Amino acid sequence: MSALLSARGLRLAFGGVKAADGIDLDVMEHEFLAIIGPNGAGKTTFINMSTGYLRPQAGSITYDGTHQLLGLPPRRIVKLGVGRSFQLPQLFTEHTVLENAALALAAREGIWRPFAPLLRPAIRAEAEELLERFGLLHLADRRADALNEGARKLADIAMAVALRPRLLLMDEPTSGVAAADKMQVVETLVRVLREARVTAVFVEHDMEVVARFADRVAVWGQGRIAALGPPGEILNDPEVQRTVIGVVPNAVA
Amino acid sequence: MSRHIEWLAALLGAALLVLLAWSAPWLRFVLTVALAKGIAVLGLLLLLRAGQVSFGHALFVAFAAYAVAFAAPSVPEALLLLPLAALGSALVGLVVGLFVVRYREIFFGMLNLAISMVFYSLLEKFYSITKGTDGIRLPPVTIAGQALTGATYEWTVFGIALVLALAFGALVRVYLASSMGQALMGIKTRETRLEFMGVSGRRVLLAAYVLSALMGGVGGAIIAMTSRHVTPALAYWTASGELVFIGILGGAGSVVGPFLGAVAYELTRVYAAAAVADAWQLILGAVLLAVILFAPGGLWALLRGRRTA
Repeated sequence: MSALLSARGLRLAFGGVKAADGIDLDVMEHEFLAIIGPNGAGKTTFINMSTGYLRPQAGSITYDGTHQLLGLPPRRIVKLGVGRSFQLPQLFTEHTVLENAALALAAREGIWRPFAPLLRPAIRAEAEELLERFGLLHLADRRADALNEGARKLADIAMAVALRPRLLLMDEPTSGVAAADKMQVVETLVRVLREARVTAVFVEHDMEVVARFADRVAVWGQGRIAALGPPGEILNDPEVQRTVIGVVPNAVA
Repeated sequence: MSRHIEWLAALLGAALLVLLAWSAPWLRFVLTVALAKGIAVLGLLLLLRAGQVSFGHALFVAFAAYAVAFAAPSVPEALLLLPLAALGSALVGLVVGLFVVRYREIFFGMLNLAISMVFYSLLEKFYSITKGTDGIRLPPVTIAGQALTGATYEWTVFGIALVLALAFGALVRVYLASSMGQALMGIKTRETRLEFMGVSGRRVLLAAYVLSALMGGVGGAIIAMTSRHVTPALAYWTASGELVFIGILGGAGSVVGPFLGAVAYELTRVYAAAAVADAWQLILGAVLLAVILFAPGGLWALLRGRRTA
């Protein structure tokens, strides 16, 4: 296994707050890497830097051994095969779920076709197949702003997967999803991403999800990586439990 | 379903206009101008779909109108003048567009306004070239080599305007249903997502902007050929405001809307100006207020019997 994404010495401060204070991280091909840590630790900042949304003040991010991602706009990074999903789903709210999926699929070849209908048979079939994989087909004709949070999250990720990324960075894929739906959303995600052989990095607050989903866990704290390792080891680490998970050992109430 | 209704409305409307122009000859001029403005507003509708309003689109109308006026002495052929002038406007649209598509909403609207007012001032102040507010009178032009006069000329220009209105209506309809058109609507709701789909929102908007400038140019060229006199007033900010007014009046929900709006606007103006010469703007204002309050989808939505915001 080789590193698909290599971050070295990333630094970014917002005023006095160090959102990235020397981040070194290798994301291995085909692994699922969870990022955990308290609010404000710089987890989303890492995703934003890796996808061109924010530019670090120092450091480098190498993709696939050769591409330097720093300084590239998001759309160029996407074209290299790095997709992302959002904590707040970014859907075209006045379009239907099917149209959202179709637009993402059309974007893969470039959308510059002023005379070909978006919902031409080939794209419609592919969009329906994509929604089917995500268990969203029954919602195809709903407007995107009429979905519940779980479905919106999945639709958001489906649009990223439509572009066939090799690496997918997901910002809290399960936050805001009703507790009853959460595990089903996760099961769907794991299945689709494994099938598509996508390498995934995801920020997550639910340790049950992390334990089930992640091959490795990176613990963020104040812009640094405080710990990195397999979930069994990291999630049972007393320091991680105290600072991130909020378990007080031998608590006396 | 919606497709058939629009086609039916367009063909019915076209037949109705021909009938009107035939039964009241003096309306031929009014309706030709209405169709020309409708084509320009159709261009504005593209930008409205992206959630952007241009308060300076009269720039493209006026540019093409003056292009026709300047070129007519050396190229006195309408079928050459019209496409040349429209392409000229499209080119100006490309240059202006490269700049304004970097901005959104109020900044987009105001920058368009500012640029159109610069053009207005140039037309007004460079008297030696543009004859200032006196404007330029058009020499007679041939249409397909024929030197037409009087009613025949008017009917022919009216016919050209009608055919172009139908053609651009169909074109915009196809464009809006395409990936490019759907991405354009995505600018209104989630431009961030476009970027993360590998698509530049600015380029999507620029393409629509150039197309809208082209249509503004077509409208301007028709206006120049039918009124045979161009003045800087064509580029003044009230002319741009008029286009936005017509767009809202007709409704942005369908390509039929701009033409409904334009015909309603021009007829109201003519009749209101005749009935209450001093207060016709008052009547137009009241009509717009009523449309915004009670029919936010414009006349088109009103005709279809349901509201679409």
